[in-house]
This record gives sequence, structure tokens and C-alpha cells, in this order.
Amino acid sequence: MSSYEARFKVWRGDVQGGGLEDFEVEVNDGEVVLDIIHRLQATQAPDLAVRWNCKAGKCGSCSAEINGRPRLLCMTRMSVFDRDETITVTPLRTFPVIRDLVTDVGFNYTKARQVPAFVPPEGVGPGEYRMMQEDVDRSQEFRKCIECFLCQDVCHVVRDHEENKQAFAGPRFLMRVAELDMHPLDAAEETGLDRKRTAQDEHGLGYCNITKCCTEVCPEGIKITDNALIPMKERAVDRKYDPLVWLGSKIRRR
Amino acid sequence: MSVVDRQEWDVVVVGAGGAGLRAAIEARERGARTAVICKSLFGKAHTVMAEGGIAAAMGNVNAGDNWQVHFRDTMRGGKFLNQWRMAELHAQEAPQRVWELETWGALFDRTKDGRISQRNFGGHEYPRLAHVGDRTGLELIRTLQQKIVSLQQEDHRETGDYESRLKVFQECTVTRVLKDGEKVSGVFGYERETGRFFVLEAPAVVIATGGIGKSFKVTSNSWEYTGDGHALALLAGAPLLNMEFVQFHPTGMVWPPSVKGILVTESVRGDGGVLRNSEGKRFMFDYVPDVFKEKYAESEEEGDRWYDDPDHNRRPPELLPRDEVARAINAEVQAGRGSPHGGVFLDVSTRMPAEVIKRRLPSMYHQFKELADVDITAEAMEVGPTCHYVMGGIAVDSDSAAARGVPGLFAAGEVAGGMHGSNRLGGNSLSDLLVFGRRAGWHAAEYAGAARGERPRVDDVQVDTAAAEALRPFSTESGENGEDAEGPPENPYTLHQELQQTMNDLVGIIRREHEMRRALDKLAELRARAARAGVEGHRQFNPGWHLALDLRNMLLVSECVARAALERTESRGGHTREDHAGMDRAWRNVNLLCALADGADAPADGDAARGRIALTRETTEPIRPDLLALFDKEELVKYLAEGELYE
Repeated sequence: MSSYEARFKVWRGDVQGGGLEDFEVEVNDGEVVLDIIHRLQATQAPDLAVRWNCKAGKCGSCSAEINGRPRLLCMTRMSVFDRDETITVTPLRTFPVIRDLVTDVGFNYTKARQVPAFVPPEGVGPGEYRMMQEDVDRSQEFRKCIECFLCQDVCHVVRDHEENKQAFAGPRFLMRVAELDMHPLDAAEETGLDRKRTAQDEHGLGYCNITKCCTEVCPEGIKITDNALIPMKERAVDRKYDPLVWLGSKIRRR
Repeated sequence: MSVVDRQEWDVVVVGAGGAGLRAAIEARERGARTAVICKSLFGKAHTVMAEGGIAAAMGNVNAGDNWQVHFRDTMRGGKFLNQWRMAELHAQEAPQRVWELETWGALFDRTKDGRISQRNFGGHEYPRLAHVGDRTGLELIRTLQQKIVSLQQEDHRETGDYESRLKVFQECTVTRVLKDGEKVSGVFGYERETGRFFVLEAPAVVIATGGIGKSFKVTSNSWEYTGDGHALALLAGAPLLNMEFVQFHPTGMVWPPSVKGILVTESVRGDGGVLRNSEGKRFMFDYVPDVFKEKYAESEEEGDRWYDDPDHNRRPPELLPRDEVARAINAEVQAGRGSPHGGVFLDVSTRMPAEVIKRRLPSMYHQFKELADVDITAEAMEVGPTCHYVMGGIAVDSDSAAARGVPGLFAAGEVAGGMHGSNRLGGNSLSDLLVFGRRAGWHAAEYAGAARGERPRVDDVQVDTAAAEALRPFSTESGENGEDAEGPPENPYTLHQELQQTMNDLVGIIRREHEMRRALDKLAELRARAARAGVEGHRQFNPGWHLALDLRNMLLVSECVARAALERTESRGGHTREDHAGMDRAWRNVNLLCALADGADAPADGDAARGRIALTRETTEPIRPDLLALFDKEELVKYLAEGELYE
């Protein structure tokens, strides 16, 4: 195996505007796109802005769009591209650009604050929590989320509709609601908080029309649509339109 | 005078990994208005990369476990150099810290009876690590992050402002701790996004910035690990303890080159993975040192039986403490029995069914599949040592986490020294973050409360000096060809690569006197060149500039490591001298302290090549008799000097 020169187009600019800049750059065996961006920094563009951290697919910092597809720069191997292909790297489109490949992802932190936290059950002290593995499996799947925000970026509800950002929390935070709702010991309901209802009424679950784009781009392979969003939709619908289901669930809890 | 945005807080926490967030939660819950500053986005800190688990003697899987056993394991792992009071507090408080996470929403893997599951790990006598698959660090950071958000939600309900009592300043870098006389008065830093400077005035500052791994070429550490907190403390006048001890994790990826160093969790071995050389031999049986002889299996059969019947068999030597395993792998490769890409083989594929591997080690499966085209359920991994952790750090008071010599300065987590002695056991890091993060936050809040009447003042001259220091890399571009009297401007990326190569080659896993002397010479040269590190562009999110500033810190801590390593003429834990091969009991009670040499803090230091670190020795406090009594006399004889045994 050998080194070769690859052609790259990298978006450079800031809030004022910018455009794609051409680079020719060396690529070695086994490298990922982030390695190439780093080589550009070290040799051709020292002030090229990019976010990254762990370079091992665990922190979710280096999200960008490669040939238009939302991906982690550190987990995209160069070997998935043809050697004569020009590789285009652009910032996440759904969020305002700060500089080059770095965007303002503050939207996500705002949405995170709007989801009420885990409510510890009363009368169960530290060390007394008992939960069965099969009961935590589902929420654990959602807690694999590395908050790369690729699902937030790809979701067409906000990708091309800035106006929906106010009402729509996005897949990541709807999944957070589902995670807490499925937590075996979350006591939200006892405090009068109906998480399923808030998903619909406050976090915009109704905007989602299950195109599964979020699931497709998730680097952790979380089945966001099937396992988090659809079950919540079903139950939100049950609650909203069927008082008998609601009553039944109340009685069964006793 | 520079116009710099200023805010007043009670406690400022630098770093938002496990220790920083835990400190911030504690300080805020004790009533201090608390600010957290981190270089990355909130929730991205290096703690997310911790895989195996949190060590805490809850006794869920083996009821024989308790804090005394955990304490013993920790002291053995650290070869008795640990600050024993820290090891004691850590072992005692870790279970509470883990259980508390559950009340904040953490979801650990469960035992059959619904309690927190615990797994085996190197150096731990019983299954002790609370875990979530092999992504425990992510669970820890997310839980703490969400706890912070929940406190902010409380504050929002009360005050209408999420950030009235607890605020995270993300993507900001602190370059100086400011002082009013002897006392801390705040921090100076810049926003990465805009390049704007700011000052947070506070009587108490908690440093929780993690480690130094980015000074080494092959490392499991992220870009943030540039030794910032170590350097901030040094520059503020606080000494660093035992910086020679750097842990090389035995199993990092070795191929392809671009991922070299990425961690392969110790859980692979804890769950049954074995190490083999190119001849197919499980070589670890040849590398059990005398001090551990009675505790490890002598045959493969016994080692294999241990997984199912730990009470009647001894553990396999693959689960020796990390320093032992890393040295053994190094020796096998040196002897020509390595794998094709210069590591050894780590195999789970012949030890567990594919389904079990995918369930217990999902990230490892994913990581090898995606980055190396290796299916770990079908073939062996190639692994080799990678720079992973620094045991050395800011010298602190065991109980309060207060840094020595600088009132108002606290430190917790990897940046603090002492807890792990000469070598850290796997799993003891996450518990360390929680135990001492909480203690640092608690004592910082108390200290700040006491200082409320007379807050220390921020000195404008210090602010101006810090601003000038931070802007210096932009001024080397002057002159037609960028040349000035001292030499051409330097590329910070090139300097960083040379530093990493130097530390890797000359102060790495096996050390020799002449190499460390060469390293010190090279560091002097790099220091001089770093004074001319120049950057292009402007201050807005400029990674070249950020690196130029981080170089100061990496060069300082690298000098500490090299000087201390040269001084300690023995091999112990994460410090291996080829020219002083054995552990020397006379060194057992010796701490090496690094402090800034006189006059070395002037940013405009004309003589950049001059060494900036002064080294002193001190005798450690004798281990408390009731703690010593937890060990057999025969074992203590191997570690303690004659004089110590008498007392």
C-alpha cells in the first residue's frame, strides 16, 4: 500500500461568508479524514478551524459534512473514497457557522436545558436502587449517544426550516425524553410530569415524520426512530386521544 | 491597560471532565456561585474516553470486598509511594460516589439481583469496577453534565436565569492563575471562538485539567491533554509531585499508523482476553515479579479456572498492574517476538463466543472494525504500550485537595499528584475524579465563603502581562522575511511534533540517563524556538495560535518529567530505568517536588534555553500504623526500608 495525493475542497470562511478552497494533500495508509485536515493545518493552512477531541469516535466533537453527508471526521476512513475522487468537507449545515468547519451548536445546549432532569424516586436512598438489566437495556441504548449532533444536523425538520427550531427539540433530545420515560425508577409522573405528553406538546414530537435520517447518520448505531421516537409517538397518541388507555394505565400502576 | 471583560464568581473550576464537574456540583450545592471553564464543548472532556469502569468496593459481586482490600490493592499498585491518606479516603468514599450517580440518573450494568454489576480488572483482588459495557466514562460525564443542567434548571425556577449560580464557559482556555500577594484572586483566559480575553475574579480556583499525554507521540490522550493545569499551578507558585511517573497503558492500537496509541480497554483482559507473542506463547507467565508471585496463577490452566472459581484459583498474570504488563510487552517486542506491526497479540476471539464479545466490548468491536478492518470476534488484535496517564501532579493536601503553598488553589483528578503513587490501577481514575472532585469543590466553597468579606483583588499589571503573553505569537510575523535578531519564526505544529518525538524516544517507557540528558538539551532548544512560535491569521478560532500557547505548558511539564526521571535512580511503577533496574527501598519514602526556578516566570525571559524547573527531595509522611497493619509483615518487607519497618 502506498501514499497518494488526494484532492480536497474545504469550506473556509465565517459568518460574513466564504467558499470552498482547493487543496492537494498527501494521504497514507489507514488514515481518516481528520488526519488529512490535521495535515492541512500543519503544512498548508495553520489557522484552519476544526473541532475535534478524542479522535476515536467517542466524544462526538468532529462532526462535519463529507461530500454532503453528516459524518464524524475521525471515523471516516480515506479508503472509502476512490483515489481520484475530490473530497468535499463542509461545516454542519443546520447550525450557524463560526469559522471554517466550526459551527455554533448552542441550539443543542438550549434544547438540553428544556428537558426536565431525572426525578429520583422518593424513599430510595443511594445504594438502594434495584433495576433489572432487561429493564435498563433500552435507556442504555439511548445513553450511548455521544452528542455529535449529526442527527440534529440531518433532520429535515430543522435543516431547511430555521423557523421550526423554536418548537422542535430534534431527535437527540426527543430521544432523551424517551430515555427518561423508559428509566425504570424515574419518578416524574409522581410529581405530575407526564414525559410522553411533553414530548408531544413541548418538544415538537409531532413534527417528526419518521424518515429515519437520524438513525442513518448515527455513528453509534442507535435506532433513534424505531426505538425512541416511534414508541413515544404511539404512546403519546394513546394518551392524547384515548382516555380509556390513560385510565387503564393509571389503574395498572396501583 | 487592556480592556478585558471581568466577572465575579466565588469558585472557578478549570476543566470540565469528571473531577471538574463533580467539584462544580459540590461547590454550587454548598452555596458558592460557581463557574466552570473548559477548552472543549461541555460534555466532550477526556473522561468520555474512559472505558473499563469505576473502582469502588461495593461488594456487589464478591461480598468479601471492602475498603481495606481496595486500599491494599491501590497501595500495591502504586508500589507504596501513594499519599496513603488519599488512598484511604478514596477507598472509603468511592462506593458512596458511585451510588450517588444513580440518584442523578446513571444507568450502570446490573447484577442478576438488580444491583450495580462489577467487573475484574488488573491489580484489583475482587470484581470491583462499576461499568456500562466499555463506555463507562461516557456514562460518567453525561450523568455529571445532566446533573449540572438539573441544578441550572433549579436556579432557573428560582431566579429566572439558568446561569445565575452555575455557569459553564465552554471553549475557553485559561492561561494564568492570578494572585493577590500569596492568595489566588482569579484566572485570566481567552474565548477560543472569538479570541477575546476575559478575567474571572474568584478567591478559590479548582484546577481539574487532566493530564499531559499530548507531550508524547504515541498516546491515548486527546488534544486537550497539554498539561495546562500542571503549568498553571507551577506558574502560580505551587509545586508538582513525582512527575517522573507516567503510565504507559499496555494495550493501545498499533496499526494503522494514524490510530496508533488509541486505547484498547483493559476490560478485554478482565473479561478473559489473553496476550500472546508471535510464537503463540502466553508470555505474561514469565513476567510475574517477586512482589506479586503469590497472587498470580502459575499455569494457564489455573489462570483459566480463576474466571469461574476465583476463590480457589489465582488470577492470570495478564491482570497484573499496568506497568508490569506494559514492560513485558515492550520486552517481548524488543526480543523479536512481536506482531507484524510491532506489538503483541491480544486475543478474545478464541476465548468467548462472538455474541458475548459484541455485548461486553461493543466499542472495541466497533473501533477495530471501523479503524483497522479487524474483526475481534474472529482474529486477534495487535496492541502495544501507549502513553495514558500521569501519576505525578500538583502536590495537594489529602483531605482538602488544597494545593501546597498557594491559598485558594485546589486541584483534583489526574492533575493532582499523590493518590496513585508510582502507578495507577485501572478503574481507580474515575473513582479518584469523583472522590477528590467532590472534596475540592467542598473545600473551595468553604474557603470562598470565608473570604466573602474581603475578596482578593485582581492586579491590573498581572492582567496586562497575561494579555501580552497571550498575544506574543502574533508579533513574530513582523519583518519582511519574518526574520529577527534571534532567528526565524517557528511553526508551532513542527515544534509540537519534535517535542512529542523527543519525549517518546528519550523519556518514554524505558529510560536511560544519557537519553534523558539529551532530552533536556532538546527541550532547552525547543524552549528557545517556542519563544519564536508564530501564527498566521487572526484571533477568531485559530488552532495555530491555541497550539502556540499550549506549547508553553507542554514544555514546562516535559521538563518536570525529564528532570524528575533523571533524578530518581531506581525503577518503580511508571518509571523504569534500564540503568537502575530494581526497585530500591531507600527511594520508597522519597517524593520529588518540581517548582519553578527563581526568576523563571518572567514571560520576557531573555534566556529561554535556561532550565525553568528546580527539583527538591522530601521525605514522605510515615504510613499510619493501623493502615500498615492491613498488610502482612512479609509483604511490607519487600517495599519498606528497615527504618520504616521498625516504627
